[in-house]
Amino acid sequence: MYRNLTIRQKQIVWAWAFLAIPILFYGVIRFYPTGNAILISFQEWNLLGDRTWTGFDNYHKLFADPVFWKVFKNTFVYLLLGTPISLVISFVIAYHLDKTRFMHGFLRMLYFLPFMTSAVAMAWVWRWFYQPVPVGLFNNALASIGIPQFPFLQSTTWALPSVLAPAVWAGLGFQVIIFMAGLRAIPRSYYEAARIDGVSSWTVLWEITLPLLKPTIVFIVVFSSIGFLRIFDHVFNMTTNNPGGPLNSTKPLVLMIYETAFSAFDMGYAAAQTVVLFLVLLVVSLIQLRILRDS
Amino acid sequence: MSIAEEIRPTTDALLKTDAPKKPTNMGQILRWMLLFLGGVAMVMPIAYMISTSLKWPHEVYNLKLIPDEPHIENYTYVLEDGRFYWWFVNSMIIAVITTVCNVIFDSLVGYTLCKFRFPGRYIIFIAILSTLMIPTEMLVIPWYLMSQQFGWLDTYWGIMFPGLMTAFGTFLMKQFFETVPDDFIEAARIDGLNELQIWWTVAMPLVKPALAALAIFVFLGNWTAFIWPLIVTNSVEMYTLPVGLSSFGDEADVAWELIMTGAAISTIPTLIVFLIFQRYIIQGVVMAGLKG
Repeated sequence: MYRNLTIRQKQIVWAWAFLAIPILFYGVIRFYPTGNAILISFQEWNLLGDRTWTGFDNYHKLFADPVFWKVFKNTFVYLLLGTPISLVISFVIAYHLDKTRFMHGFLRMLYFLPFMTSAVAMAWVWRWFYQPVPVGLFNNALASIGIPQFPFLQSTTWALPSVLAPAVWAGLGFQVIIFMAGLRAIPRSYYEAARIDGVSSWTVLWEITLPLLKPTIVFIVVFSSIGFLRIFDHVFNMTTNNPGGPLNSTKPLVLMIYETAFSAFDMGYAAAQTVVLFLVLLVVSLIQLRILRDS
Repeated sequence: MSIAEEIRPTTDALLKTDAPKKPTNMGQILRWMLLFLGGVAMVMPIAYMISTSLKWPHEVYNLKLIPDEPHIENYTYVLEDGRFYWWFVNSMIIAVITTVCNVIFDSLVGYTLCKFRFPGRYIIFIAILSTLMIPTEMLVIPWYLMSQQFGWLDTYWGIMFPGLMTAFGTFLMKQFFETVPDDFIEAARIDGLNELQIWWTVAMPLVKPALAALAIFVFLGNWTAFIWPLIVTNSVEMYTLPVGLSSFGDEADVAWELIMTGAAISTIPTLIVFLIFQRYIIQGVVMAGLKG
């Protein structure tokens, strides 16, 4: 039977044969769970009892929950601190690294290595750095030059930036490489023309380099924003004794979801939070693309 | 122009190491020194982790980077108790199987979407691409319920199943198969190879760099994955390294040099992978970046 098919028909048969398992996979492991998460968000369910339909109750409860608003704010603080800081630092490094030829590969390796580490392992390393004297490296260093201790993870003000620091640190290498690729893609002739005209290197940076890097900047902003909005590994591991503490000052949305679903087993409420996370990611990405593409 | 062709000059420029030119003027020397100091600061956390894992308890809290009497007792102690050994093996099995699966299926789907003409092609491509928008965290609750229903909790399959194929990998491979000339495939068809053979013996060898980049990313992603393994495992023997390290660190009386040893055990393999495959990894990052 197969023999009688035309070449085009044979291709169709092969294509669907190749796609059969993947279609099943994407259907069962991606699309069905997405729908299911939305469905559960309208139900009340603690895993043991019955699932009852409650309409928008989970969402009303969420928007009336002061902890949610605290967590929502924290999530955006991670984004609003993490994205610009890592963008500026990685650009400065890439800009200068691009102009450096001596041991270029070695320097690039130093900046990229943290990207290859595991977030959990590094969260524990930084957690040790942040401990009070006589344990923590940072406070020991401060003490040795006579500066008073700094309450990195104990203070409600400083715990969040302290947790954010290793996340920024680990992502820098990736952004540096992307920026350098973007810088290399700018045609040399632009710079040569500018040099002939005797333009200062500062003007070249603002008038040529940065405008031409816009696609790279858009990518890095959107990509790193998604990462900071979904921060979890660092927070969870640096505050295991009191997840998201002190006093919820470091708790991001993903940690709230994890606790609601897998400590309190309030599946409907947790599902509603995941839907909110999805919408936040979607809206933030769309706004960023709109603003950065247009301007 | 396909992404692969587009980025080739960029990647080559990025990887090209010109004859090392020594900095000539003061400004360049200063720039080099600052970049070097910054780079050293970047690797300090990794250096302190490894250094502390080689220290005796009494010197853990001093600031010296080089231990007075380096030793590997911490490693033998941590591995002796069996847990880290198991976690290492679990992580390795899971990361390797997931990587093999992604390399096969992502490239098969990418190849099919790129080289075959059939009704529904565009819809399937868009459907797969749209899954990139859905955050993992939204899916963990349904995955957990599924695993509970089918008895997948606390099994390798349970840890692995969500990551066996990725839309990112499929998209990456589709872009790379664009660079394979259709003439090669036609010629192979005339030679009487079937479509499966053409994909495996003709097309796949032509996209090896992309396969390597994909393999490294998938491996790294699964080696360091935390939230899903944390949810789906509950017995200590089934933990992966990140989950195990997290529970190990959380035990009240664990000494910091032992935690650093555990952290080193979970970090050193990926650092070694990086040092060996640096070129592919940097190339892979650039591919991923210019895709956006």
